[in-house]
Amino acid sequence: MVEQLVFYVFAGFLIFAAAMVITVRNPVHAALFLVLAFFSSAGLWLLLEAEFLAIALVLVYVGAVMVLFLFVVMMLDINIAELREGFARYLPVAAVVALVMMIAIGTVVGPQNFGLDQVPAAASHAADYSNTRELGLALYGQYIWPFEIAAVVLLVAIIAAIALTLRATRQTKAPRPERQVQVRRADRVRLVKVEAERQS
Amino acid sequence: MGNICLAIVLAPLIGAILAGLFGRQIGRAGAHWVTSGAVGLSFFLSLVPFARIVLGDEAPYNANLYTWLSTGGVDFHVGFLVDQLSATMMVVVTFVSWMVHIYTIGYMHDDPGYQRFFSYISLFTFSMLMLVMANNFMQLFFGWEAVGLVSYLLIGFWYTRDSAIYANLKAFLVNRVGDFGFLLGIAAVLMYFGSLDYATVFAAAPKFDNAVITVLPGHEWSLMTMICLLLFVGAMGKSAQVPLHVWLPDSMEGPTPISALIHAATMVTAGIFMVARMSPLFEMSTTALSVVLVIGAITAFFMGLLGLVQNDIKRVIAYSTLSQLGYMTVALGASAYAAAIFHLFTHAFFKALLFLAAGSVIIGMHHEQDMRKMGGLKRYMPKTYWTSLIGSLALIGFPGFAGFFSKDAIIEAVAESHIPGAGIAYAAVLSGVFVTALYSFRLVFMVFHGEERMDHHTREHLHESPAVVTIPLILLAVPSVLAGAWFVGDMLFGTYFGSSIVVHEAHDVLGHLGEHYHGVFGMMTHGLVQPPFWLAMGGVATAWYCYMKRTDIPQRVADAFAMPYRVLLDKYGFDRFNEWFFAGGARAFGAALWRGGDVALIDGLVVNGSARAVGWWAGVIRHIQSGYLYHYAFAMILGLLVLLGVFVHGVLA
Amino acid sequence: MLALADFLVIGAVLFCLSVAGIFINRKNVIVLLMCIELMLLAVNMNFIAFSHFNDDVAGQVFVFFILTVAAAEAAIGLAILVVLFRNRHSINVEDLDMMKG
Repeated sequence: MVEQLVFYVFAGFLIFAAAMVITVRNPVHAALFLVLAFFSSAGLWLLLEAEFLAIALVLVYVGAVMVLFLFVVMMLDINIAELREGFARYLPVAAVVALVMMIAIGTVVGPQNFGLDQVPAAASHAADYSNTRELGLALYGQYIWPFEIAAVVLLVAIIAAIALTLRATRQTKAPRPERQVQVRRADRVRLVKVEAERQS
Repeated sequence: MGNICLAIVLAPLIGAILAGLFGRQIGRAGAHWVTSGAVGLSFFLSLVPFARIVLGDEAPYNANLYTWLSTGGVDFHVGFLVDQLSATMMVVVTFVSWMVHIYTIGYMHDDPGYQRFFSYISLFTFSMLMLVMANNFMQLFFGWEAVGLVSYLLIGFWYTRDSAIYANLKAFLVNRVGDFGFLLGIAAVLMYFGSLDYATVFAAAPKFDNAVITVLPGHEWSLMTMICLLLFVGAMGKSAQVPLHVWLPDSMEGPTPISALIHAATMVTAGIFMVARMSPLFEMSTTALSVVLVIGAITAFFMGLLGLVQNDIKRVIAYSTLSQLGYMTVALGASAYAAAIFHLFTHAFFKALLFLAAGSVIIGMHHEQDMRKMGGLKRYMPKTYWTSLIGSLALIGFPGFAGFFSKDAIIEAVAESHIPGAGIAYAAVLSGVFVTALYSFRLVFMVFHGEERMDHHTREHLHESPAVVTIPLILLAVPSVLAGAWFVGDMLFGTYFGSSIVVHEAHDVLGHLGEHYHGVFGMMTHGLVQPPFWLAMGGVATAWYCYMKRTDIPQRVADAFAMPYRVLLDKYGFDRFNEWFFAGGARAFGAALWRGGDVALIDGLVVNGSARAVGWWAGVIRHIQSGYLYHYAFAMILGLLVLLGVFVHGVLA
Repeated sequence: MLALADFLVIGAVLFCLSVAGIFINRKNVIVLLMCIELMLLAVNMNFIAFSHFNDDVAGQVFVFFILTVAAAEAAIGLAILVVLFRNRHSINVEDLDMMKG
């Protein structure tokens, strides 16, 4: 009973937050509602005994990604009014599309296919069960190569993001290896003939 | 022997390369020395196999020297087969070619393309030797095509003249028609015999006596007839038989030495030689022999008639060549291969002589070739006159001269032959004798006798040609007289050709004749009472009467028989027909293909059409590419919806 | 007791909301990016729900990877946005039609 209560509270917050994300005028508010949505879904994930991912979602998304979003939104000088053009005009279309999609998905994933009668509830794990440990075993065992690739993807993302936004100004004190290796002796060394001064 | 053969073949080639590629370095004198020397060397070297194999009794030489290509179980060799037949040809070819080389020194003296000319004629000699000495079909074909190529170069030697370019193109194209048949014949040989080697093919030939081939569904043809006819189409092209003869008169556009070389010893005799060489194959098909016989007879008679109405001195001799080639072909058809080769042999000398004499006249007349502007040249050019008289007597077959023996043998052989068409052929060759005598002596009388019709300026400069021109004439006059009497017994009735020519028992007309042969003088006295002699004499007399006594008669005859005369002047309309039907037709066909196929279909529809279709379609769908991010997002979502719909439909069903 | 369907429906609602968001916020790239994050969240929700009900940790491993890729995507997307804004002084999607055919 408590479980269901918790579920509906979190689900309500999640849907409310998501609806606000797509409708509020101010992108900053949207980002903050997105944070709320992440928190709510983290709560739902805890109900599903995915503790590690719930914490990771909060730490990674709320702690890093959303901060990045906020940072960018605030940094850029955005003309909100202009961006809101056509909002009302497309609202019916959006509603129809969303509704059609909802009905379509609902017919598949609804209770008639995935209700308790079809899929029995999973037995709760014992108190000493560690989700983190299980996930770690899977990640560093069976999924070690995908894990490595994910690491590379992140590395690429870091480098790409830096490379994209790096402003190559004259103040940048960056070495240029390709220029360095091309240097010839004549570029750097100048031999000067100095008249010897005789000390009389 | 292998080395000698190699030297015979390669000497002219090296001469040609030196004169052709290094002509500027070695100079004009260098060019003629190196090429004439090389061909002279070839001549003397070719006397060695001639002496050993023909005169002595050494076995024929047959060896492959080099494997050019080996593919799919078929080897293409370069090899030489030197037997009685090819040894004879080698001597004839190199001798006449050598004479022409020497003669050219005088004839082409002032021509800017001196070195080039020598290079070409040496190359020609090389090609002809390769053809003659081949021991397989591939090399034969090589020589065949090389001869065709060099004749193209030589006929168009004065390449700034439109008529020369036209003539060499014509020669080349007409020869291609023949070569196509020839190539098909070789392909058929390769297909059924699995080998291109003469010895192998000839040995295997009897096995295919009754073999049939189905070219068109429902029609079975004898394989041997098919092969022989295809090979003969090649011979028709090279040896200028009706209807592929049209290139030969036009080839007179080349310098005179070339006319002599092409018409006397080399190119045109290639077809005759080839058929004689293929005698083991031809002997197996009476049908093919009949075709050969009839074609030869038509050529012999009707081409001779054309010689009567020509006024260009070289063209008269050119038609004479056609007619004589017809005689040779008739002999081949009658299975008298030996007689054909014998006529080829004697003809090579006297026809070269006639051409070179004509060239000498042309030099004297300052490159005037119209006989109506000549006359009475006997007084100015005695050596040329006497040598060309000898040549003409040999040509008409005056007893004792070379041509008599060979031509008489052919006529008698045809009379003996019993294959279909022999009757027509006999009539044609017999009346051909009269025609030959008429045009030959028409030429002699118009050029050397009678009133002097040239203009004053030319007459003042008339004089005998230099020694470098007359010496070859005299050297050629000697065999023109003697070669016949010397070789007739051996070549026709003896064992001269040994195993190189195969004659079927039932066709052996020469064997029949041989039974009545009683020496050279017997043949001559016999000849005096035979119709050919009196026909020839009649021809000479008619020529004398019409062109010396009553010079108005030819014109009156022409007027009286205006229609046939026009036909003759028109050369039976072959040229006009070819131009209208083949050239015009090919051009119309080409234009139709160009307009319909190339411009409309390929350019219009396929190339530009597909490009335009792509462009049109791209123009339509480019509007979808708005460049706005959300349009792409919408497209993706719509796609997602569709996929979802399909999926849901699947689940519900 | 909570059924699997409950979580799946939550995920579906979340997904449909974000699709609607893409439609109505078509000009604002930042909100578009947020909508994509929401979509990924919906997908993650499904993964975790299935993982739980099937008692298979592999689903959570996938969520882990999706989180990784999403973080990378957000970082690069925002970087592009910053560069875009720097060059054009606008993040209006209407102005970005260089790919127009």
